[in-house]
Amino acid sequence: MPGVSHGIKENTMKRVYPDKEYCIGCHLCELACITAHSKSQDLIVAYREERGRDGLSSCKKVFEKGDICVAISCRHCDEPSCVAACISGGLYKDPETGRTVYDREKCVGCWSCLMACPYGAISRHPTEGKIVKCDLCEGREEGPACVAACPNLALKFEER
Amino acid sequence: MKYVIIGNGIASIGAIEGIRKVDTENEIMVIGSEDSPAYGRPLISYLLAGKIGPDRLALRPQEFYKKSNVTLKLGTTVAGIDTKARIVTTDKGEAVEFENLLIAVGGIPFTPPIPGSDGADVYNFTNLAHAQVLISRAKEIKRAVVIGGGLIGLKAGESLFDRGVDVTILELSPRILSLAFDENAAALAGERLAEVGLNVRCGVSAKEIQRDAEGNLKGVHLTDGDFLQTDVVVIAIGVVPNYNLAKDAGIAVDQGIKVNNHMKTSAGGVFAAGDVAQAKDLLFGEDRVIPIWTNAYNQGFCAGKNMAGADIEFTGSLAMNSISFYGLPTISVGTVNPPEGDNSFEIAINLDEKKKSYRKLVFQNDHLVGYVLVGDIDMAGMYTAFVKFKMAVREDAKRQLMAGEPDVLLWPDDFFQETWNPETQS
Repeated sequence: MPGVSHGIKENTMKRVYPDKEYCIGCHLCELACITAHSKSQDLIVAYREERGRDGLSSCKKVFEKGDICVAISCRHCDEPSCVAACISGGLYKDPETGRTVYDREKCVGCWSCLMACPYGAISRHPTEGKIVKCDLCEGREEGPACVAACPNLALKFEER
Repeated sequence: MKYVIIGNGIASIGAIEGIRKVDTENEIMVIGSEDSPAYGRPLISYLLAGKIGPDRLALRPQEFYKKSNVTLKLGTTVAGIDTKARIVTTDKGEAVEFENLLIAVGGIPFTPPIPGSDGADVYNFTNLAHAQVLISRAKEIKRAVVIGGGLIGLKAGESLFDRGVDVTILELSPRILSLAFDENAAALAGERLAEVGLNVRCGVSAKEIQRDAEGNLKGVHLTDGDFLQTDVVVIAIGVVPNYNLAKDAGIAVDQGIKVNNHMKTSAGGVFAAGDVAQAKDLLFGEDRVIPIWTNAYNQGFCAGKNMAGADIEFTGSLAMNSISFYGLPTISVGTVNPPEGDNSFEIAINLDEKKKSYRKLVFQNDHLVGYVLVGDIDMAGMYTAFVKFKMAVREDAKRQLMAGEPDVLLWPDDFFQETWNPETQS
């Protein structure tokens, strides 16, 4: 079971935690995600142009079932299945930050990680033979854009 | 030496990372018979196809070994293990003492006795050296016969074809991919290969390799009487556990090196992991050799932690394969070909031949125990969750899975919370 350890020090790091009690399924996190990962950094351009032209897509997925919904993305697991499955060295744990890091240049698009990740947190890039995975908005000083965009505080970025 | 690892593949990488989770200080020595740092073995087909250069083969950044305090002893083969004195000896006459030893030497290519197979121009395709030889010869090769229509054989055939070689793949069983996939998936993959121009012949194999008086390769006589002219033969039937080193050292072996649920062998301080080990299977509970990339890493990782003094049980191997044939992705996880006539299994199939899309779900006792996806593979991980975490699938959930819509909201609520939104740990 995930997160369970036996006397081994786990990484302490901030992660994004979704709360289905608060999620209203508005998909604003997905829009914030594609904007943060766009060239233009502009929501309208990202949505109307880059999405179709460059295959820009969200790392976040919103699931809905009746009234219940939740927005999920990479959990940056302590012992990630995707890293175990990666044949190219394109996915690895950064021992310093604890993040599950993706090196696009190394990726060969074999989809082993997509198969192995039981959290469904990896998707195919629509055109490029590469994967799309949450990088916790690396380099964005304010932290992950999805968290900032959530209108009902259903996404929290914290250490647990 | 506190830690010695024999073998330098993915199980070895897993072990280094496992040891370093527990012990960040004591030195690790890795002894590998190949010359390069650990590389992605499946990448040799990408290399042969010309899709990547040699610079992209390494599994970890250059500084990985230094940062992990690992001494690499490459180009060195271990000749013997003295389990009592805890010493390994190498082919160079060195003796290395160990406190904890991991045997992660993988598999060796299985070569059936085919008359004429000894001699020039007959190759295997399981390591970098094999790929490099084929690359250096690719320009002179016009025709190739690949023996074996499993994952390695098909990828070898595809890569040679990409180099402009006329390729014929021979598969003894009635269909390709008979181990990892089912009939429908194999048919779709086979069609794709045929469309592109590879020759795939099933139900037939090589009876004899024909050579002239000077020993030059001429062609292959088939079991159906046919004769194929060829410049090279690639034998890619599979690998068998490379357990002789362990066996000679008096370590218990069966189909592979026997390990307990902590990846320990019968000898004190000696562990085994990867394609050489016979370890617990997640779905069946019994011990099996499942020569699969992910298992090798996971077993190495578990062994590494235990070598460093942790007490971690191996959760069990789960067979899984993801492989694409000229843009047609295929994924197979768990039990995909349940025994015929066993009524405890329920199979749900969804095949769209036009769209080249296929989904097969295998249920047993209200659990998903395996699946195959071809074409539309995007929900694979969500299916894997149900197999891996052994979650009960109620009727409504089953309908949703069968509709191609697996979903985290179908998970039991407490497991969902624990996974996605756990309480703050104190």
